[in-house]
Amino acid sequence: MKFTQKLAAAAVLVLSMGMGGSAALAAEEGGHAEQQNWTFAGLFGTYDEHQLQRGFQIFREVCSNCHSANLLAFRNLSEEGGPGFSEEQVKALAETYTIEDAEAEGGERSGVAADRWPAPFASDQDARDANGGALPPDFSVLAKARGIHQPFPFWVFNYFTAYQEGGADYIYNLLVNYHEAPEGVEVPPGQYYNSFLGGTLAMGPPLDDGFVTYEAGEGEAVPETLEQYSKDISAFMYWMADPHLAERKATGFRVLIFLIVFAALMYLVKRRLWANAH
Amino acid sequence: MAGNSTYNPTNPVEKWLDDRLPLVRFSKEHLMDFPTPKNLNYWWTFGAILVMCLGIQIVTGIVLAMHYTPEATMAFNSVEHIRRDVNFGRIIQGTHAVGASMFFAAVYIHIFRGLYYGSYKEPREVLWILGVIMFVLMMATAFMGYVLPWGQMSFWAATVITNIFAAIPIVGEPILQLLRGGFAVDNATLNRFFSLHYLLPFVLAAVVALHIWALHVPGNNNPVGVEVKSERDTLAFHPYYTMKDMFAMVVFLIPFAWFVFFAPDILGHPDNYIMADPQVTPPHIVPEWYFLPFYAILRAIDFNILFIDSKLGGVIFFAGSILVLFFVPWLDRSKVRSGSFRPLFKPFYWVFVLNFIMLTYLGAQAAEGIYVVLSKIGTAYYFAYFLIILPVLSRIETPAPLPTSISESVLSKSAS
Repeated sequence: MKFTQKLAAAAVLVLSMGMGGSAALAAEEGGHAEQQNWTFAGLFGTYDEHQLQRGFQIFREVCSNCHSANLLAFRNLSEEGGPGFSEEQVKALAETYTIEDAEAEGGERSGVAADRWPAPFASDQDARDANGGALPPDFSVLAKARGIHQPFPFWVFNYFTAYQEGGADYIYNLLVNYHEAPEGVEVPPGQYYNSFLGGTLAMGPPLDDGFVTYEAGEGEAVPETLEQYSKDISAFMYWMADPHLAERKATGFRVLIFLIVFAALMYLVKRRLWANAH
Repeated sequence: MAGNSTYNPTNPVEKWLDDRLPLVRFSKEHLMDFPTPKNLNYWWTFGAILVMCLGIQIVTGIVLAMHYTPEATMAFNSVEHIRRDVNFGRIIQGTHAVGASMFFAAVYIHIFRGLYYGSYKEPREVLWILGVIMFVLMMATAFMGYVLPWGQMSFWAATVITNIFAAIPIVGEPILQLLRGGFAVDNATLNRFFSLHYLLPFVLAAVVALHIWALHVPGNNNPVGVEVKSERDTLAFHPYYTMKDMFAMVVFLIPFAWFVFFAPDILGHPDNYIMADPQVTPPHIVPEWYFLPFYAILRAIDFNILFIDSKLGGVIFFAGSILVLFFVPWLDRSKVRSGSFRPLFKPFYWVFVLNFIMLTYLGAQAAEGIYVVLSKIGTAYYFAYFLIILPVLSRIETPAPLPTSISESVLSKSAS
């Protein structure tokens, strides 16, 4: 049994170290990140509809002026596990947008629920020209394409807590950390200093206190602060990147419970079968 | 160990078939009655687990191929389409991606089990060699599969790994262009990788059949490494080992499901959620975790050896780290198979395991400072283990006394 234990320990180690090594490196950029309590974190986490709706409002009013979200369809907004808009709301929303469609009369038509979110610029080059040469990245899976840096041994725990929200934490920390550049750091024209990045970037601070007036929802009033905005948009972007999270976890529970019970039964059968083997 | 069949076709149809193609007889002989040492521990269940892994990869892969578009401008979005719009797509795609990692986790355990218990020794050399061939096929398949989502890491991994071949003198450049289908990684590369990624698993399945055939000629090795001497040493494969293997498979599926449903992206790299862009090189290009030990060896050779420059040197050590496995049966001359009875072998073996884990870790770190030094030490030990330690140990070591038979060792264990 000693060998068994050693090899098991080695297996766990090699898995966690190897995988963690690459995962941790992934998240290299950026300084220390303040991890947030996301409703969609952990085993039981699901999205908060109200938060996603607020995030969507910020996306629509602020972010989508420069950033595309090519994989987001209007219909996604009314799908299970998302912001929970009704189909009528989504239909009405889509109609307010003009979609370029070579097949349509005059080359454009009003949007329908099946349309993808229209991009703010006709081409990448147009986007660059309008943004001082920098290309605003597409939002569709951006929250999955970012991560935060965690020193050893903290990333090892991620395999056991299923911490996947590094992208949301990254976006939140980026948004709340626009500051005056410290002395000695030169900020080139058209660049902005961000202490989370520990450097400069081409996007100016997109949000600030009171910037967006939340549409009145039910329940308590939500503070209209930079922190709250940043949390809400990060959550929305995470949903955009992983829209089936709630459904996936719910299925996962059924699968895990089944497997554990099945394994226990298999063990009992195996033990009885082997009882007379020697 | 053929001819253990107790198959007696009873009805006329079975008998008719048995005279023409003894398929049922063959199955009964090899899948049910096959005499298997009675003392196999749970490390022996990974063979069955690996067959299951291959099956999962093939089934999920076939479904994915129905929805995937192997074209450079569309591949990335087609994978997202699978995740977002295909029924159960997130789960099927997650199972395939996580499945690759689980497959490698299982194969490493299987290989290290073989190394500890001396499963490569006479008369199982061919069995072992077929296993190494399968390991190489797995690596090729996994690498090409990783390229298909056409994210940043896919693209740059393809660039870096195909570039390895360019270091080979004279034929390197033509091989590189053949692999890439051009001068740079592009649509042609993606297309041929997709084609090969679909082909190789079936080649792998064929080698699995040979591997099992080669297993069924001498029969299983076992934890004490003493050959089967009489019927008392064995149990029928079915129901004893089918049951044990199936139990182990279900247990193996628990962490598998954990990753698929609760952390499907944790084994991957965030950069692969960015579409491939030949203009932007990621700051750290890291292969998937299961390639890291070999990647560390590749990078450890950053110095010229005589007339061999460092690049070619790295490639030689990289290739050598796999090729050396083919020769293990002839490098380890010790007559005793099981490491349990080899007092000197044991510490060196465990250092080898730790060293391999260290190389995995180092493969993910930046090639600078202490990491480079450790990579060199790790690489040196990796090769020394096979080329010096195993041959020398088999000369100088006095093994512990072996039990006379499997059943004796089982009885003494249950008595104590």
